[in-house]
Amino acid sequence: MEALISIVVGILTACGVYLSLRGRTFPVVLGLTLLSYAVNLFLFVMGRLTIGAPPIIRDGAGDYADPLPQALVLTAIVISFGMTAFVVILALRARAELGNDHVDGEESPR
Amino acid sequence: MNHLVIAPLLLPLLAGVALILLRGSAAPVRQALSGAATLALVGAALALLFRVSNGEVLVYQLGNWPAPFGIVLVADRLAAVMVLITALLAANVALVTARGADQAGRYFQVLFQLQLFGLNGAFLTGDLFNLFVFFEVLLIASYGLLLHGGGRDRTRAGLHYVVLNLIGSTLFLFAVGALYGQLGTLNMADLAQRLAELAPADLGLVRAAGLLLFVVFALKAALAPLHLWLPGAYGHTSAPVAAMFAIMTKVGAYAILRVYSLMFGPDSGPAAGLIDPWLLPLALLTVAIGTFGVLASQRLAQQAAYLVVVSAGTLLTAFGLGDGAAVAAGLYYLAHTTFAAAALFLLANILGKARGSVHDRLVAGPELPHGQLLAGAYLLVALAVSGLPPLSGFIGKWLILQSSLGSTWMPWVLGVLLVTSLLGVMALARSGSRLFFEIDPAASAGAAPCLGDLAAPLLLVLIGIAMVVYAGPLYEFSQAAAQQLVHPDAYVNAVLQAGGRVMTR
Repeated sequence: MEALISIVVGILTACGVYLSLRGRTFPVVLGLTLLSYAVNLFLFVMGRLTIGAPPIIRDGAGDYADPLPQALVLTAIVISFGMTAFVVILALRARAELGNDHVDGEESPR
Repeated sequence: MNHLVIAPLLLPLLAGVALILLRGSAAPVRQALSGAATLALVGAALALLFRVSNGEVLVYQLGNWPAPFGIVLVADRLAAVMVLITALLAANVALVTARGADQAGRYFQVLFQLQLFGLNGAFLTGDLFNLFVFFEVLLIASYGLLLHGGGRDRTRAGLHYVVLNLIGSTLFLFAVGALYGQLGTLNMADLAQRLAELAPADLGLVRAAGLLLFVVFALKAALAPLHLWLPGAYGHTSAPVAAMFAIMTKVGAYAILRVYSLMFGPDSGPAAGLIDPWLLPLALLTVAIGTFGVLASQRLAQQAAYLVVVSAGTLLTAFGLGDGAAVAAGLYYLAHTTFAAAALFLLANILGKARGSVHDRLVAGPELPHGQLLAGAYLLVALAVSGLPPLSGFIGKWLILQSSLGSTWMPWVLGVLLVTSLLGVMALARSGSRLFFEIDPAASAGAAPCLGDLAAPLLLVLIGIAMVVYAGPLYEFSQAAAQQLVHPDAYVNAVLQAGGRVMTR
């Protein structure tokens, strides 16, 4: 299970890095989204993978899931969601003001 | 608990919320409210500074949750002085915005206050994830401020700035997650303690996380080669925003100082001195690259932006030297360079308006209305920025050079800083002669500058002069703050004991 999650995080990060290095704003936005998915998953498993255990410690409860990463990942999701919305609007505005969707605002000479 | 610690957060937050509610009201009402909140912030910051100046570390447990479990705000000398620098800078910028620089949109003052909220939060927090959240708060506000007013160049620079910082935020989260996974805590004092007891087998991941954090903070602090976003963003945004952003690179420098003195300092066990091989060489490289930018700049605002890069490099050189004297010199220089860079941005805007169609491009322009006055103001600001006597920049640089004398890096530090200072003086002198002496009779001047506009930059220079007059006490304070950083035990104990005391109650 741990290996599978690590591979998923790795693939998401690699795709995110590749896409955010592209020259047009749309792939860049997608790349940022994939990066934030990767980091959310990563944060989530940082409290270790626990199955079928409550996130609350009670007297006598042996096994429990770490509740803190769940709270952290919720914060991280909200922030990355808001930032994605912002960067989409900014990319649209850049497209309108600069006349193209290249990240540098001008088509590279061929 | 002392509620003074949270005042610098609550004041701008509440003012920001109130300004959202008052968005339909007349501009003077909003400006007055924002200005009053900023002045109150200066008062709160001063009170906090006097409270911690005896060396006490104030710990504020949010919601009264005991320390390693709940989030804490911590005010020591360094945090308090950073809050005060921010507040003083903000008061001067508020003076400019009250003269009409905020008219391009309704939410300028809201964003301005939320920016202050994020900045003060980042300086005061004692929790690593909370630091991330406050970084996001100040970045979100800065995105809005940077783009304020719109325009092609601003949008393009803004896109780069936003995308780079989003990637920085992602790296920050990876680092925080890895540290939590290994050490099981996010409280910085607790992290410092657990790092000292770390098993050697877990060291690799913690070192990777520590270096990832360094990349994030280096991006914020504009350390080469991660400085490339800065000249475009600062050079193309509006003048009051650029002036306010003079403190933004210092947030990165502050975070480097705080995190690495606390968690990876010389006494911190197996991971000690994690960034020592990187910080000083990269800082010197930043100074050199920034100086080339200063020499090559085509516009005064762009030149000011490259001077921010140079000052970030100089500051991190001092922090990279690492001993108490160098950090103290760096702190003095930090205060000076924040005010001086802000003054230069504000002055560049005033000059640009007076020069009409050529704006602040460094070419022959029209004969300026009030030319001698403007040239005098430029001379003062340029003296401060370039670090010539008798202004505060000279003392700051001299202290840094003096503190490097015992270091093995001494020849490099002296060589790079002295040569780049000379080149910086030459570049500013050349800009001054272009701006004021080379007259193009065909160009038409802009509107005569309103003398009130000069108040804010001159006030900033005045603060610099006050820093020269009171250099002795200020340097003593910097030394005391640096001692707190070099020996972080008091900080760690204060935070963890505050937690322990509540738990046993």
